[in-house]
Amino acid sequence: MLLKEIIDRLLGRADKNPRGVARDRLKLVLMQDRSALPASVMEQIRKEILQVLSKYVEIDETALEVNVERADDAVALIANIPIRNVRRDATNPAP
Amino acid sequence: MSDTCRVIVITSGKGGVGKTTTTANIGAALANMDEKVALLDTDIGLRNLDLALGLENRIVYDIVDVVEGRAKMRQALIKDKRNPNLALLPAAQTRDKSAVNIRQMQQIVSEVKAEGYTFILIDCPAGIEQGFKNATAGATEAIVVTNPEMASVRDADRIIGLLEAQELRNPMLIVNRLRVKMVKNQEALSVEDVQEVLGHSVKLLGIIPEDEGIITSTNRGEPVALTDTSMSGQAFRDIARRLKGEDVPFLDLEERTGILDRLMQLFVGKR
Repeated sequence: MLLKEIIDRLLGRADKNPRGVARDRLKLVLMQDRSALPASVMEQIRKEILQVLSKYVEIDETALEVNVERADDAVALIANIPIRNVRRDATNPAP
Repeated sequence: MSDTCRVIVITSGKGGVGKTTTTANIGAALANMDEKVALLDTDIGLRNLDLALGLENRIVYDIVDVVEGRAKMRQALIKDKRNPNLALLPAAQTRDKSAVNIRQMQQIVSEVKAEGYTFILIDCPAGIEQGFKNATAGATEAIVVTNPEMASVRDADRIIGLLEAQELRNPMLIVNRLRVKMVKNQEALSVEDVQEVLGHSVKLLGIIPEDEGIITSTNRGEPVALTDTSMSGQAFRDIARRLKGEDVPFLDLEERTGILDRLMQLFVGKR
């Protein structure tokens, strides 16, 4: 056990024991699992984003994309919102 | 004896992590502490809890018989042969999960309550479908059982989310089948690892060490919690005490590998 640790350390793989690997993999997969939103919720998010932004800009609804994207160690909500036109009254919104 | 009844669902998501064993043992331990305990097997079609308790030959009526009016609750509840404080409502073996719906399950729980039990433990089937929804419907508290390995912890995380959606917040966590030596050798997940990844919304209720004694006790139909010399039995008894609000420290599982322990094992026999 001790010898194995020393050898591991010499070979620079001290952090790659099965326990640590399992913990890291599990953390990542749980982050991904938790970020998975049901289709109905994604649709709701899409609608509400559209509602809010439509007050200020004209949006190409068919091209609006909202997705949860995963990089190696992070999860993000990415929205791609093509604007057709800025509303004239948007620069001076009603109170 | 308290005049309120606690209804606790025991669940895990993944199969084979020890839900049924846990239900049988916590039930037996609570009954030995003078609580009046009813165990509900809701795994309709895959009846198992009767075997863990050694009551498989006594079943006359089951949960579906009660739902469909062929038996009264009192007829269907089987008294344990060792302790009359413990009773089992068996699952039906020849039907499937669709035989009972959520409303009927809630009715079942209130009928069991009316029989004067102080604890109702609901053994939930594996999975997240109808059986899970039924089992959790009548409960006001939840215990999540997991093993310290990736698939089981992942499923536990999913289950915790689903429990929250059913207003069963802050579930209690049991880490079952812990291999102390493998954790010490950095080969397997520790209880702390499991807690860390599952987050702070879950409260650790107990740690059960891996124990071959569980296999032999299940073979005999006697919950290991009734065996004084068993370490896993002790862990289950501690869980029962914690459920009742006692502050019981967690077992020092490493201690048992010392010389003194080996001597004890020689004298006491198998632990």
